[in-house]
Amino acid sequence: MFAATPLNRRSDRNQSVAKAVFGLMTVVLVIPVLLIIGTLVVKGAPAISWEFLFTAPRNNMTAGGIFPALVGTIWLVVVALLASVPVGVAAALYLSEYAPDNLLTRAINLAIVNLAGVPSIVHALFGFGAFVLFFNMGQSILAASLTLAVMTLPVVIVATRESLQAVPHAFREACWNMGATRWQTIRKVVLPNSISGILTGVILEVSRTSGETAPIMFTGATAFLAFLPESVFDQTMAMSYHLYYIATQATADVPEELTYGVALVLIAIVLMMNAVSIAFRVYLRGLKKW
Amino acid sequence: MADEHHGDHGDHGPYAIETRGLNLWYGDFQALYDVDLEVKQGIITSMIGPSGCGKTTLLRTCNRIIERLGYVRTTGSVSILGHDVFADGVELVQVRKRIGMVFQRPNPLPISIRDNVLFGFRLHEARLRKVSAAEEDEILESSLRQVLLWDTVKDRLDKPATGLSLEEQQKLCIARLLPVKPEVLLMDEPCSALDPAGTEAVEELIWKLRGDYTILIVTHNMAQARRASDECVFMLLGRIIEHGRTDEVFLSPENSQTADYIEGRYG
Repeated sequence: MFAATPLNRRSDRNQSVAKAVFGLMTVVLVIPVLLIIGTLVVKGAPAISWEFLFTAPRNNMTAGGIFPALVGTIWLVVVALLASVPVGVAAALYLSEYAPDNLLTRAINLAIVNLAGVPSIVHALFGFGAFVLFFNMGQSILAASLTLAVMTLPVVIVATRESLQAVPHAFREACWNMGATRWQTIRKVVLPNSISGILTGVILEVSRTSGETAPIMFTGATAFLAFLPESVFDQTMAMSYHLYYIATQATADVPEELTYGVALVLIAIVLMMNAVSIAFRVYLRGLKKW
Repeated sequence: MADEHHGDHGDHGPYAIETRGLNLWYGDFQALYDVDLEVKQGIITSMIGPSGCGKTTLLRTCNRIIERLGYVRTTGSVSILGHDVFADGVELVQVRKRIGMVFQRPNPLPISIRDNVLFGFRLHEARLRKVSAAEEDEILESSLRQVLLWDTVKDRLDKPATGLSLEEQQKLCIARLLPVKPEVLLMDEPCSALDPAGTEAVEELIWKLRGDYTILIVTHNMAQARRASDECVFMLLGRIIEHGRTDEVFLSPENSQTADYIEGRYG
C-alpha cells in the first residue's frame, strides 16, 4: 500500500541530483578561500615575526618590516570611520525613520545602491579630483580617508537602515501613542535595539576599508616613507598599497616570503575584523529581549 | 475638565469623542462616510461590524495616529472633550497624552516592566521637574494596581516586560498609559491575541476602568461587545448604521442590517 510508485522514484532521483549539484557548488565556493588562506599561511608564515611587524622596510623594501604601513592603515581606517559613520548613520536614520515614501526618497535610495556599485578606481579618480585638487588637501591621509569614506558610505547606510528596520514597528507605534516624538522614539527605543546591527556594519566597513588599494593610490598613499605620519595632512604608507607596490612595482627583487607575509598580515586583519564583527553580533543578539 | 469624567455622567457636558461629517480617504479609497459619532464620557462604547467596515480607521482617527500613513485625507471634524483635534495649533503630543491607545497585539517595549510603565511619564513629566524615585515607585505601584497586575509582577519589576504572558503584557500596555492621566482609552481588539482566560481577565479590567476613563473599544467578538459595553456602535462599509444602548442594539436593533449581522447572517 505504501510502496513507492515510479513517479515517487523519479522524484527521489531528481531530488538526489539537485542535492548533489548544490553541494558541489558549495564546495567550489569554499575551495578558493581555503587555497588562498592556505597558500598565504604556508608561504607567508616564515616572514612573520615581531621584527617584521614593528620595523620599517629596509634595503629598497627587500628586507625589514611593515610597521609604517600597519600604522598608516590604522590612520586611514580611523579617519575614514570618523567621516563616514556619522554621515552614514544619520542618513540611514533619516531615510528609515523620517523620510516619506516618495519619489525623492526612492531616488536617494537608488543613488545609494549605485554608489555601492561604482568601481573603486572611479572613486579614486573622484577623490583625487575632489579632495586632493579641488579642496586642496594634497595627497594626504585626509584626502585618502575621505575617498575611502565616500566609497564605504553605502555599506554603513545599508547596514544601518537594515538594522533599524529590523526593530519591530509595534515598538515605534507604542512610543508614538504615548506621545513620544520621532526623535524620542529613536533615542529610547529604535537605536538601543539596532545598535548591534549598526556596529556590525561599521566593523565590516573597517575590514573593507583596510583592504582597498585603488582609492588611496592617488590620494594619499605612498610607496615608502621613512617616518610615521604625524597628522592627517601627511602622506602615509598603507598595507594594501605596500603589498601592491612590492608585488608589482618594486625595482629590486623582493623576497617572495616578504610579499606573502604582507598579504598574510593584511588578510589576518580583515578576517580578525570580520570575526570580531560576528562575535559581537552574536553577543548583542543574546542581549536582545524579544 | 480635570474631574469631569469621573462617574457616570450620561449625556452631561461635552462628549468624550464627537465626530461631525467625518469622511476619510486612503488615497482614492473612501473608508469613512459622513460619520457622526457621539461617545459619552465615562462609559464603555464598543464598535462592531464586519472586517473592513472602518472601525479601526475611525478609532485611529480619534488620536490622529492614522496620519502616520501619509496618504490619508480627512474632512469633517473630530472633537475630544469638546476640543477639535484638527484645529490649528493642536500639538499631537498633547492629543496622544490625553488619548491612550491599546493595540490588538500587546506591544510592550523591550525594556523592564518598571521602565515600560514609567516610559510615558518620564517622557512628559520627568523633563519638566525633578521626579524622586519614591514618586516613581508610587506611580508604578498605583498604575500596576489599577490594572490588577501588581501582585503578579511586584517581585520582578526589573525583568524584561517581554517575558510576561500575553494577558499580562496587554495589562501592562494599559498600565503604561495611566501615569500620563489620559481621559480617553482607545482599544483596538485588545483581546483578540489572548486565550479565553486572558480575554476574561482583560475584559474584567476594562470594566473596572469604566467610570475613570472613557473607553472606546473595537471588537470582532459579539459576545464581548454585548457583555462588556454600555453602548454599542454598528458600522458597515464606512458608515455608522446604528448606535444605542448595548442591550437595545442586541435585543431589538432598529436596523435590519444590524440584526442580520448580530444574528450572524454575514460577518
